[in-house]
Amino acid sequence: MTKGKIVGLEGSFAVAEAVKMANADVIAAYPITPQTHIVERLSEMVAGGDLDAEFICVESEHTAMSACVGASAAGARVFTCTAGQGLELMHEVLYIPSSMRLPVVAVIANRALSAPLTVWCDHSDMMAVRDIGWIQMLAENNQQAFDLTLCAYRIAEDNEVLFPTMVHLDGFYLSHVIEDMVLPDDEEVAGFIPEYKHPFALDPAKPVSMGCYGPPFIYPETKRAQEVAFENTIPKILETWKEFGDAFGRHYAPVEKYKMEDARIALLTMGSCSETAMLAIDEMREERKEVGLIRLRLWRPFPFKEFREAIKNVEVLVVLDRCVSFGMGGPVCSEVKSALYDQRKKPNVVGFIGGLGGRDIPIEGFKYMILRALEKVKAIERGEEIEMEMIGIRE
Amino acid sequence: MEMEKEEEELFVPRLVTTEENFAPGHRACIGCGEALAVRHVCKALGKNAIIVNATGCIEIISSLLPQTSWRVPWIHTLFENAAAVMSGIESAYKARVRKGKIPDKGVKFVGFGGDGATSDIGLQALSGAMERGHNFLYCCFDNEAYMNTGIQRSSSTPYGAWTTTAPVGKKSIGQATWKKNMPEIAVAHKIPYVATACPSYPFDLMDKVKKGVEIEGPAYIHIFSPCPTGWRYPTNLTIEMGRLAVETGVFPLYEVVNGEYRLSFDFPDLKPVKEYMKEQRRFRHLTDDIIEKIQARVEKEYLKLREKAGVK
Ligand SMILES: Cc1ncc(C[n+]2csc(CCOP(=O)(O)OP(=O)(O)O)c2C)c(N)n1
Ligand code: SF4
Ligand SMILES: [Mg+2]
Repeated sequence: MTKGKIVGLEGSFAVAEAVKMANADVIAAYPITPQTHIVERLSEMVAGGDLDAEFICVESEHTAMSACVGASAAGARVFTCTAGQGLELMHEVLYIPSSMRLPVVAVIANRALSAPLTVWCDHSDMMAVRDIGWIQMLAENNQQAFDLTLCAYRIAEDNEVLFPTMVHLDGFYLSHVIEDMVLPDDEEVAGFIPEYKHPFALDPAKPVSMGCYGPPFIYPETKRAQEVAFENTIPKILETWKEFGDAFGRHYAPVEKYKMEDARIALLTMGSCSETAMLAIDEMREERKEVGLIRLRLWRPFPFKEFREAIKNVEVLVVLDRCVSFGMGGPVCSEVKSALYDQRKKPNVVGFIGGLGGRDIPIEGFKYMILRALEKVKAIERGEEIEMEMIGIRE
Repeated sequence: MEMEKEEEELFVPRLVTTEENFAPGHRACIGCGEALAVRHVCKALGKNAIIVNATGCIEIISSLLPQTSWRVPWIHTLFENAAAVMSGIESAYKARVRKGKIPDKGVKFVGFGGDGATSDIGLQALSGAMERGHNFLYCCFDNEAYMNTGIQRSSSTPYGAWTTTAPVGKKSIGQATWKKNMPEIAVAHKIPYVATACPSYPFDLMDKVKKGVEIEGPAYIHIFSPCPTGWRYPTNLTIEMGRLAVETGVFPLYEVVNGEYRLSFDFPDLKPVKEYMKEQRRFRHLTDDIIEKIQARVEKEYLKLREKAGVK
């Protein structure tokens, strides 16, 4: 069982502690609310000599990610963090480490996208990068933000993985909130995260060409290889989380279940609002509703197997999206439906969009979605079409 | 005197290494000034360098999968971020040496970009890298347009030149703006070393590359790279084009070491720009009064440069 000590830390500082304990070599980041406390804290750590890293104080997020790509290609352990607009500015560069198999670790303090300008949380930024080939996982509290950041290094840098990895924590809800958490000691962490060694890093002693030009006779094969390798990361992710659980006593799974044993109705959430959703489930259980909660911890690669397993006895699945895919509804709901489409037995799926741009979803909001979903299912059974509903909107 | 000169002619080329780190067999057009310049740069760099290449002709002609022309470690990612990737590589090296993970073998870090990658889309990333003071050399291979994508204008295209996006027409003389002075922008960053060079002057070019990588801190070399395909001149005239650009003052060769200017070659009597322009069909539509306007501008700029270099 873990030694370590209990401390009160905000999510941003928890992430910075993880990066420090992982002993990152190069950090390149650009400030943006609500990620700023992470860069500031890391700058302090480097300035104070607590973390021996090169901190590249870059002039944009495009450069932050590009510098991480270069540093990773040169064999360094790297870190960056951003949010919202910053992740969008990185967008072009994000494809490089996933295609060139460079294990960059990035933490995203989820933020809604302009316009109108906003700094508050939703999941629009992380959804916009879902098809790029980054491993994406979400934290629900500060302890998880810390744990998952450590795990991200273990996973990404495994020579059988070598894919960049993003850890998402909801902006403000976690990044700026102080919570109790267990901080393990340095040796424990050092034992968990081995020294990073990229198998073919840039080195004049062994010249390699990286990022060559791919005409049609070879490009599709590179993408096939990438997709196969990406799918194959799931066993490594499971293995890492298992070992983490054994070492530190906190256990993670791609799909996490809460009061699902006998649930006929399941709510699916991602990120920090899941803890509020649990309270809603508790209250509804008192009213004898057979409801449970499913949280997606791993968003990419999508955990098809674990997800199907989790909902196998469910009749109604209620999906919350904190993002709009304009003209299509909610991205999570769409993906969940497609994951179920060719299953013989599948639940009715009812999607809601809520919590956009930092609008809170209270306990009542989750209860509303569940009850409303039951009504909608009746409408579906009557043969009526139902629309994706945005909750908590003043019309 | 006579003897010395002869010796020079005999021996200087022989002092240049026969090692080719930019291998033959690449796919550049016949007479490509850029590929020639890259070859010279690579000779001067030697084996102990890591090259970061922006998207553009050089990357395309040298790296078609599954082949490569590079005998030194080389990485390409995107069009506008070579200096940024370089920042990461150089920082990784520094951190890993300091932490005892690798021995310090004095590796050189070198960025390559075309004029588009450098003075347009990648200017911000380069400015950031120069300002932060990374220890690297950046070489801009200036062929005065986006050649890789089919001869579109850049901010480095000279006034009056035809390109596919600055076409000549009833209402257009071609490029309507004056060439951006990228070396001066580098100088404004107060970096220790800035130079201009041209593969028509290979020994000068190689000397400058050696100085650039040896100096501690950022170094920038702007290399004039004639392009027969884009400039519309016969492929056997590439060396001639470079010489004429220098001798007419269109592209003077100089160095700025810690802010001090020095002309590498001085021409008190410049050849008329017309001599440089006449073989290039990208200029063939220009009327005499426009050529005069260009002549006047070139002379004025050249005088300013001489003044900065303290030449009377
Ligand atoms: C973001 C982005 N925009 C546009 C392009 C298309 N593009 C590739 S190379 C290039 C022009 C390169 O010009 P330059 O840097 O002068 O190099 P040259 O090919 O002339 O050597 C352009 C426009 C791209 N690859 N990426
Ligand atoms: S287009 Fe010009 S620069 Fe590009 S390869 Fe051909 S000659 Fe060289
Ligand atoms: Mg060009």
